[in-house]
Amino acid sequence: MTTAAHTLQAMPPLRALDLTAVRADFPLLADRAGGRALVYLDNAATSQKPRVVIDAVRTFYEHGNANVHRGVYRLSESASAAYEHTRVQIASFIGARTAREVVFTRGTTEAINLVAQSYARPRLAPGDEILITAMEHHSNIVPWQLVCGQTGAVLRVAPVTDAGELDVAGFEALLGERTRLVALTQVSNALGTINPVTALVAAAHARGVPVLVDAAQSAPHLPLDVQALGCDFLACSSHKMFGPTGVGILYGREALLDAMPPWQGGGDMIDTVTFEESTWADLPAKFEAGTPNISGVIGLGAAVHYLESLDRGALAAHEDALLKHATDLVSRIAGVRIVGTAPEKIAVVSFVADWAHPHDLATVLDDGGICVRAGHHCAQPLMRRLGVPATTRASFAFYNTLDEVDALADALASAHRMLA
Amino acid sequence: MSSELSELYQSVILDHNRAPRNYRRIDDASGSARGRNPSCGDEVVVFVRNDAGVLTDVSFEGSGCAISRASASLMTQSVKGKTRDEALALFERFHALVAGDGADARSLGKLAVFSGVRAFPARVKCASLAWHALRSALEDAPARRHPDDSRPNSETKRSADAV
Repeated sequence: MTTAAHTLQAMPPLRALDLTAVRADFPLLADRAGGRALVYLDNAATSQKPRVVIDAVRTFYEHGNANVHRGVYRLSESASAAYEHTRVQIASFIGARTAREVVFTRGTTEAINLVAQSYARPRLAPGDEILITAMEHHSNIVPWQLVCGQTGAVLRVAPVTDAGELDVAGFEALLGERTRLVALTQVSNALGTINPVTALVAAAHARGVPVLVDAAQSAPHLPLDVQALGCDFLACSSHKMFGPTGVGILYGREALLDAMPPWQGGGDMIDTVTFEESTWADLPAKFEAGTPNISGVIGLGAAVHYLESLDRGALAAHEDALLKHATDLVSRIAGVRIVGTAPEKIAVVSFVADWAHPHDLATVLDDGGICVRAGHHCAQPLMRRLGVPATTRASFAFYNTLDEVDALADALASAHRMLA
Repeated sequence: MSSELSELYQSVILDHNRAPRNYRRIDDASGSARGRNPSCGDEVVVFVRNDAGVLTDVSFEGSGCAISRASASLMTQSVKGKTRDEALALFERFHALVAGDGADARSLGKLAVFSGVRAFPARVKCASLAWHALRSALEDAPARRHPDDSRPNSETKRSADAV
């Protein structure tokens, strides 16, 4: 299997970043419901979908719909082939050695729960430790709390600095004799901080501790290469990387997945079933009980194909420009403070204003057609650590424009006139 | 700015947000309750003093958005001097106003400024947070038989998560 970088080289000539053309690929961005342009800055919550993804889902239901892995008729065989083709695409996209290392789930959350219950739970004894960080999304906290409750293991939390960066020395100090697993996010959903995952994985591996990487936020922005990261598990969600909702990816090293018992039982994950006992199907079917989200997986395949057709280096440079411009304009507004000022960030600007609560700001911005998130971003412990009850968050994708950053700043200025 | 937005942030609401009334503890409260909005982290504590069936003092503390602060502030003014049952009946009418199933705004006095909330379903919880806490505080606040009853106050903290 090739690495992600290798795959990019093997693709047909890349399109230069033509923002107008790229935006035209996303029908919702041109929507004028309510008679005004939509400025969508909530990409960390979910991304918009290009027409190729919407078409792939529709075409499947119009011309390809059948259940997978069951029928011997041609329609079912071609549905299975399309579904499995996406698995091969994903394996290549993330640098997995084989498609057997790619499990489709409902989302990042389900992928993490699968590892907690199938990998961690049977291995944990009272007093063992799971190490996470203080910047995790609730979905990378609560599954570990559940498994700790089931086993008597203890959750340890690596600290973050006031700037919203991981305290690497603090992280390493918590890697101890009893650490059985590290679970950490590559990018903070609330702040945009990029963690030095390769170095953190190496530190954990030096002590023989496997690592799960939550790539839900990084997948749409950074090249994913599980070989370069060195991680043992990686989880991400289709809907944040321009694919349909309801599909997630769990990558796991083949030897680890092989040794894990199934998590959910049902159809499609068995070899033989009798009332006395059942035997499990081989990877990855062992972890895909029941009829999967077939159209969603096929739509994800279209999304990955779309991403690979773009010059991701150019996209990243454009996103950096968006981040710089937004940081500059937002921090100039009176009484506004940006929360999360790490030097390595994706294009997320989370902020508080001393003259307005985030909910009021989001309501006023929405009046100008600007969609931002206000609240704790499913990261309540991080908010508590940083001493803010909530923030307003503008999160960008490559299809956003510098003009939209200006629109955000203008709307914040008029919110200031109204609410301050 | 749309008319919906100016209806929502009327000057009375902005004024009560900037300078909330009855923003304090009541040390000899007969009841208090905390209200939390888990989706945004807003938190309010409402204190009531119930003397022989009449709410002689009502106050609040906490942090939240303009709508929730102004609502708490105006609520304390509106229910002070009312009986417990009158206060609960007022909550019913207020809820009907903000949740949009057609309360008569004229019967609500100053609280009518919250009629704009109904155009913003996501903000209904903000407007009703303090009222939910008030209801819990009243359950926690049996009327004192004598206004000068000096029994120690058993301040059970009740929780009224807005739903």
